[in-house]
Amino acid sequence: MQFFLPIAEVSVNAFVLIGLGAIVGLMSGLFGVGGGFLITPLLFFIGIPPPIAVATGANQVVASSMTGLLAHLRRGAVDMRMGWVLLIGGVVGSFLGVGAFNMLQRLGQVDLVVQLSYVVFLGFIGLTMLRESVATLRATRRGTVAPRRRAHSWIDGLPWRMKFRKSGLYISVIPPLAVGVAVGILAAIMGVGGGFVMVPAMIYLLGMPTRVVIGTSLFQIAAVSAFTTLMHAISSNTVDIMLAVLLIVGGVVGAHVGTQMGARLRAEQLRILLALLVLAVCFRLALGLLLPPDDVYSLASG
Amino acid sequence: MARARLFVLAFAAALLLLAALPPALRSQTGAPPPVRTQAEGSTERVVAGLSQDAVSITADFTGSEILIYGAVKRDSAPTDEGPLGVIVTMQGPPQSVKVRRKERRFGIWMNTSSLVISAAPDFYVVATSGPLDDMLLPSEDLQHRISIPLALRALGEQVQVANATDYTSAFLRLREQQGRYRLDEGSVRLIEDTLFRADIALPAALIEGQYKVSIFLTRDGHVISTYSAPVKVAKVGLERWLYRLAIERPFWYGLMSLAIAVGAGWAASAAFRLFGRK
Repeated sequence: MQFFLPIAEVSVNAFVLIGLGAIVGLMSGLFGVGGGFLITPLLFFIGIPPPIAVATGANQVVASSMTGLLAHLRRGAVDMRMGWVLLIGGVVGSFLGVGAFNMLQRLGQVDLVVQLSYVVFLGFIGLTMLRESVATLRATRRGTVAPRRRAHSWIDGLPWRMKFRKSGLYISVIPPLAVGVAVGILAAIMGVGGGFVMVPAMIYLLGMPTRVVIGTSLFQIAAVSAFTTLMHAISSNTVDIMLAVLLIVGGVVGAHVGTQMGARLRAEQLRILLALLVLAVCFRLALGLLLPPDDVYSLASG
Repeated sequence: MARARLFVLAFAAALLLLAALPPALRSQTGAPPPVRTQAEGSTERVVAGLSQDAVSITADFTGSEILIYGAVKRDSAPTDEGPLGVIVTMQGPPQSVKVRRKERRFGIWMNTSSLVISAAPDFYVVATSGPLDDMLLPSEDLQHRISIPLALRALGEQVQVANATDYTSAFLRLREQQGRYRLDEGSVRLIEDTLFRADIALPAALIEGQYKVSIFLTRDGHVISTYSAPVKVAKVGLERWLYRLAIERPFWYGLMSLAIAVGAGWAASAAFRLFGRK
């Protein structure tokens, strides 16, 4: 069933889009990430113009993270105070990111910057997570479960400490704000919610307990991608609502399946799977940058 | 609980309805009259018609086909001064296009230079009744701008870059790969040097605007009669409404996109809670 998308101005198969949405929904339910880091490259691949893929990806992330957020809210696994701090940083970052995106688009370097940031972030995060979760898994097998405590570092020396009761933390607000800003910039430039950056940052950098990490990350993702969607819609008219609806329909089903699968797997196993997925995407994108392109020329609307 | 379930179902139904809204009514707009020119001293004239003078882009649009038919009208018996040819072109609205070139810098392939072609048709097809080179003299092509490279040059003033032709030829190659520029030699059927018909397929990814169909009648390489008529391509119905809303009221359009996403997220969550507990 072919659909003509009003903003993207291309005709696409509705079932392909619903399928893509389902894959992304699955990731969302399974790992607590928005899945934007998958949907954006996949949309490029089926021929959606990059600016529209980025903006519409953000819109789809709103729906999928909303579903997850509500489930975690009911379980009380959201640190709202941490969420708001991250969000304030996120809104600032999103503003900066949309500005940078528009500038890069004029310079013709959007693709490069997007791909480079994917490769750097995904590579770093994937490796860190893989190493850590494999080590944890081995330790558990041997029966020596060392209580993981955040190492004391320069982070503890920063001013403006604040109590985050749900997370059991008493730390400076500067690191969460900085994480929020970074994620907001990524959200705008890469069309992602930033969960794949935020989840590890919250666990390893802020030292939050895994129990509240996913819910809190989803709160921030839903809010920042909502803001990003609106910014893109206003500044460049690149949100395709028809495309978003099709992705959302698939995403809703995928998210449900993902949540159920997630309940049966162990936390370390989940982290290993996510790490492998992240590394796979990273590898694919790095190849695109290093191998000579099929054609050195490309067209863009001037 | 029952009310919540009803609400979820209603929301899901509304979403499906939005996704499956039927294609809207075809628009009926008056098109400007066709334009004809005639070479001096020639007694042969082309008369033609189009199967449609407007193409409507609906939600289920997957491309279209325009049938161009016509005849060669003669005041006297045909004079035998060389082979007769019919060339039909269809040209989309001009657009500004940037051609970018990648180079290897620091081991990475990146866009390093670009050339802007200020007005290139988004779509251009040349259909002929035979080999184009045999039917059209280069001087006539230069005057009427029929072949693909000349049609491009007719529209865009050249930008002064040392290797501009590399860019323009890359542009033509890419557009041909995309199927947006086409030369269909021999696709015009010419019957007894009098009746002809051409079917021009339009791709699914069409942009809105005024398209132009032109017919050139050639004899011995010279253009002796021309005819051109406009074809209007426009989005209709839901497509048009969404597109205009996105451009004219971006804030409300953005809010609407968000409301759908948030609503869908909430509905899904509620639905899983209701139906998931069996």
